[in-house]
Amino acid sequence: MTQIREIAVKVRSKNAGPFWVTIDIFCGSDTAFDQIVKSLSTDRVASLFQCDVGEIKRFEIASLSVVKFSFPRPHTQGAISDRDMHGAAWAPLLAELDLN
Amino acid sequence: MTKVLIPSGALGLGYDADALARGIALGPDLIAIDGGSTDSGPSYLGRGVSKYARASTKLEWQGLILARAKAGCPLVIGTAGTCGSDCMVDWLVEITREILEEQGLSANIATLKSEQPVSRITDALAADTISALPAAPEINADIVNDCTHIVALAGIEQITAALQTGADIIIAGRTTDTAIIAALPIMNGINPGPAWHGAKIGECGALCATNPQSGVITVDFDNDGFTITPLAEGAHATPHTVSAHMLYENTDPFILYEPGGHLDVTDAQYTALDDTRVRVTGSIWNPSDTYSVKLEGARVAGYQSIILVLIRDARYVENVQEWCDDIIAKHREKTCARLALGPGDFTVELRIIGQNATLGDLEVQETALTEVGVLGIVTAANQETAATIAKLLNPYLLHHPLTLLEEQPTFAFPFSPAEIDRGAIYEFVLNHVMVLDDPMDAFILTVLP
Repeated sequence: MTQIREIAVKVRSKNAGPFWVTIDIFCGSDTAFDQIVKSLSTDRVASLFQCDVGEIKRFEIASLSVVKFSFPRPHTQGAISDRDMHGAAWAPLLAELDLN
Repeated sequence: MTKVLIPSGALGLGYDADALARGIALGPDLIAIDGGSTDSGPSYLGRGVSKYARASTKLEWQGLILARAKAGCPLVIGTAGTCGSDCMVDWLVEITREILEEQGLSANIATLKSEQPVSRITDALAADTISALPAAPEINADIVNDCTHIVALAGIEQITAALQTGADIIIAGRTTDTAIIAALPIMNGINPGPAWHGAKIGECGALCATNPQSGVITVDFDNDGFTITPLAEGAHATPHTVSAHMLYENTDPFILYEPGGHLDVTDAQYTALDDTRVRVTGSIWNPSDTYSVKLEGARVAGYQSIILVLIRDARYVENVQEWCDDIIAKHREKTCARLALGPGDFTVELRIIGQNATLGDLEVQETALTEVGVLGIVTAANQETAATIAKLLNPYLLHHPLTLLEEQPTFAFPFSPAEIDRGAIYEFVLNHVMVLDDPMDAFILTVLP
């Protein structure tokens, strides 16, 4: 089993406004990009983040070797139930996911 | 050609003074800097205050005012004071006047105010000229009435009007991050595609280059494209760093919505001119049929008191979830009984730091821990009630035993008093756009005497 962080250069997450979060996987090479594109399904991302797969926007940007996911925040930024003001912690959760 | 100098991603983050001097020597047509965003949360807009210290703001703003005097070009700041409320525009005007007086300088100042009276928003709701963006919360007139501050994000039209006053210094309330940069090139007749795209790449300063904290860059706009030049020693822009910036804080890395249309960079070409500068062409602007501006609003969501306890006893660390669940149940019962409150009148959360405080139910890792922190968060309708509920929580967090028969344990409070009042807690309630007949309808431009 290989975790995403073992083959990607960097995974980062950040708010895209108060109502959305966006996660960028910088794969660093064509090989890593191909492997992640092939083995990381949007369904798995939805299940990891416990969100509706239909709400996830997925971008595969070959020119940058980047795979990007954006989806509505489960809690609006700064809501009483929100734990992560800047949306920083979605990244390590995804980085530690085992690729199939 | 239009040359815009961008000192950093936000006033308050600092910039490289040598790089700024280099930028001034290049003869910019405009110095533009962003003053805020929603990124630090709803409290700043809710209270109408700045995230950055006045001392930092003044020092950095003074550097830019002096640079502007040397360059002889306008200086524009958007989203003054983090949230861009009217009171933050006034705050920055006050700081500006102090600086001008202390430095023996004079300058013409124009302000652009973006704050919205509640009645304008409720009227627009009734007239059906407000629409929800994806993932927007439900709104109604009551929610809008509860907002302590509502701002609209100005675009290039309002910034252009401010530039056309001939003011030396323009202090704007909430604007889009890009509008303060894109307005001048578009006013000068440059194609809006490269103008908006260059503005988006440049709006965070040197974040689009290596050595991102150095801040200072220039964007040179022409009719076919734009060129990014980072100015700090050792900072380089590459096609990768520049194009990758479209990913940053954007849900869609190819499409950017702005007042009056949207930018499409799907077919943009990024070319290295040398090892420092990148030229970008092929960006397209698609104007929209109607003109609308985005709204941001915040209201009070409650009042909080928090309390932190540290647990080092191995048996309690191992059973901390059970310990917390038991405390929550007993404390809720006591609170309802002693304060005559219903269970819906307050919330108490115990977040276990070291276990899942960051991710909550999403956490998948389980690691044996040496210690844990338990952060108690109490929210109620007013501060007095929140503080009282936190006081009722205090003895549990200090002494609650896992079993009834054991000796009373004691845990580590790092502070006395253990409870900390957080004051009013705000929430963002708007993710909507409002249609305007005339772009200036929701904004007030003033040339100060």
